[in-house]
Amino acid sequence: MSEPLLSIKGVSAYYGSIAALKGIDVEVMPGEIVTIIGANGAGKSTLMMTICGNPQARKGSIVFEGRDITHLPTYQIMRMKIAQSPEGRRIFPRMTVFENLQMGAATAEGGDFKSDLARVYSLFPILEQRSSQRGGTLSGGEQQMLSIGRALMSRPRLLLLDEPSLGLAPLIVRQIFTAIRELNQQEKLTIFLVEQNAFHALKLAHRGYVMVNGKIAMAGTGKELLEKPEVRSAYLEGGR
Amino acid sequence: MSAARPAFSSALAHALKDALIAGIVAFGLFILLLGFLTDDQRGPLRLLSRPVLLASAVGIVFAGRFIVSVIYHYAAALRYWLALIWSMVCGAAIKFKWPLLAIMLIFAVIRIYYAPQTWPLTAVAVATVFIAVRFGLSAAFLMLAVLFPVAFYDNPYFLGIAIIALTYIMLGWGLNIVVGLAGLLDLGYVAFYAVGAYSYAIIAQTYGWSFWVCLPLAGLFAAFFGILLGFPVLRLRGDYLAIVTLAFGEIVRIVLLNWVTFTNGPNGIGSIPRASFFGIPFTAGDDGFAARFGLEFDPTHRTVFLFYVILALALLTNWVTIRLRKLPVGRAWEALREDEIAVRSLGINPTNTKLTAFAIGAMFGGFAGAFFATRQGFISPDSFTFPESALILAIVVLGGMGSQLGVAIAAIVVTASFELFREFEQFRLVIFGFGMVVIMVWRPRGLVSTRDPTAYLKERKTISVEHVAEGRG
Repeated sequence: MSEPLLSIKGVSAYYGSIAALKGIDVEVMPGEIVTIIGANGAGKSTLMMTICGNPQARKGSIVFEGRDITHLPTYQIMRMKIAQSPEGRRIFPRMTVFENLQMGAATAEGGDFKSDLARVYSLFPILEQRSSQRGGTLSGGEQQMLSIGRALMSRPRLLLLDEPSLGLAPLIVRQIFTAIRELNQQEKLTIFLVEQNAFHALKLAHRGYVMVNGKIAMAGTGKELLEKPEVRSAYLEGGR
Repeated sequence: MSAARPAFSSALAHALKDALIAGIVAFGLFILLLGFLTDDQRGPLRLLSRPVLLASAVGIVFAGRFIVSVIYHYAAALRYWLALIWSMVCGAAIKFKWPLLAIMLIFAVIRIYYAPQTWPLTAVAVATVFIAVRFGLSAAFLMLAVLFPVAFYDNPYFLGIAIIALTYIMLGWGLNIVVGLAGLLDLGYVAFYAVGAYSYAIIAQTYGWSFWVCLPLAGLFAAFFGILLGFPVLRLRGDYLAIVTLAFGEIVRIVLLNWVTFTNGPNGIGSIPRASFFGIPFTAGDDGFAARFGLEFDPTHRTVFLFYVILALALLTNWVTIRLRKLPVGRAWEALREDEIAVRSLGINPTNTKLTAFAIGAMFGGFAGAFFATRQGFISPDSFTFPESALILAIVVLGGMGSQLGVAIAAIVVTASFELFREFEQFRLVIFGFGMVVIMVWRPRGLVSTRDPTAYLKERKTISVEHVAEGRG
């Protein structure tokens, strides 16, 4: 098997003295969709943030494309072909959709802005219609699309998505997950997805991890996890 | 404005004449009705006079008529002025463009007919409204600014106020980069103003270099101080940042106050070299500006020159800000104001972004300081106290954070109202505070609260619907 694109080994992260991550091991291969599912407060988002260096891991190592990024500042990590659509979307509300996308391209090296823009617009046509509208006036789903689009503008090899389905209508969730699958299948983009919507996420992902209390409790392919009774009872049937 | 005073004083004269006539009529009426009284109660019929009653009755009529007349005539004058101002304001509004201009023109003709000496002012007013209608409010402001000395050449007082207003506009625009665009609350902006002023004063006095050499140096020094301040405050946000910048402003002032050997302490620095017209001084001598250009010496020449210098500096600030907003660094400032975490997640170094905002904002503060020093000829730490910082910040907040036009309007309103309420002395601040409260209730995000996008798609550049509808495509 080839080298992992992202490998997280024994990572522990703390908020003050409280351990949020207790020795996490996760690997993401090139071209994969990997998902982390788990209950509220399990540490999913913290893991995502730790990859980005905020907070930085106190123990263990994070290696991206063979380079140790564990102790780099956030902005340097984000310049290395990693892009993130953060939890809560965090678009720039007073800037237009177009300006938001421009901000996403701030660190794109050697990229062609126009073709990147066309790619995002073809993925999410609604953004083109809304291009001169302020980000804050978009609906939740559109904001999520903008957030993903903005992340794509930096031409990443690894896309980190933190709860893209948060607070969205089922129809929009399906639309966004379709776009994620498209990105993965057509462009071989590697995607690391943190989700509460375990059913959708596991159906989409090649592999998944289940996080409980800052630890990885289970791992397997998406299909395997979907069929496991523990997963079903804890994250699928209980919540439905 | 020079025409307003004749109008008002003639109103007074009118009223006085009116009242006098009314008083004479009242006297004629009342002298028999009230002035004399027959008394037959005690003995024979006697004629009594009541001069006090008569005088008070006539007095009441006189005063009453005077007040009514004054109100009447003042009202006429006021109405005229209000109409003029109103039409100027409305002229810029989108709705009744051309009819309003016609009304303006009629006003102007009447005005020049009755008060020919005011023609420059009237002409400038009409031209401004025309520009406002045709090219928008910003163009009208620019035009008004450029023609201001033409309209008010005979009024050095007005020119002086305009120079102060422009200085505040420039300071407001400079601070707007830090507060409005980058969203970093800076309560010590006056420190950079002080650094600029003192570095100009000291360099110009020590080395005798000209204003145009010292000006960039003053800006550089201020920018350097901006970076100096920037470093310790990088990790701070919001309230904490405000406190540290406040402290920085005080530190600079106290250093200026106590470093007597260098800054001359509380006595300040006097006889700072005046700005010259590219080497030609504004003096009455043979090598002075007036003699060189074959003009009669007039101290207003210097004032007009200073006016254009600060106008150019302010426009430079504006132009640079507008350009920067379209560049990645300016975009990063605005993004930083919106969401620092998102900015970091896009691979932008927030430290450098903040530093550039501080440095560039400080640089313009330094330019303004150098101008202040050369205009005043004397500076002391008293000019750079905290209330000055607060005033500049108030201008930015009132204008609408990030809006160039709003900040300019706010600066003009604030300086003009300070002059307007000069006779209220210490109550000026009460009025100012009240005005602030009113604006914050009425427009909580400042006078101009919309943010113009800096980038458009090519297709959107075509003429928008509202213009097409007016047949001006």
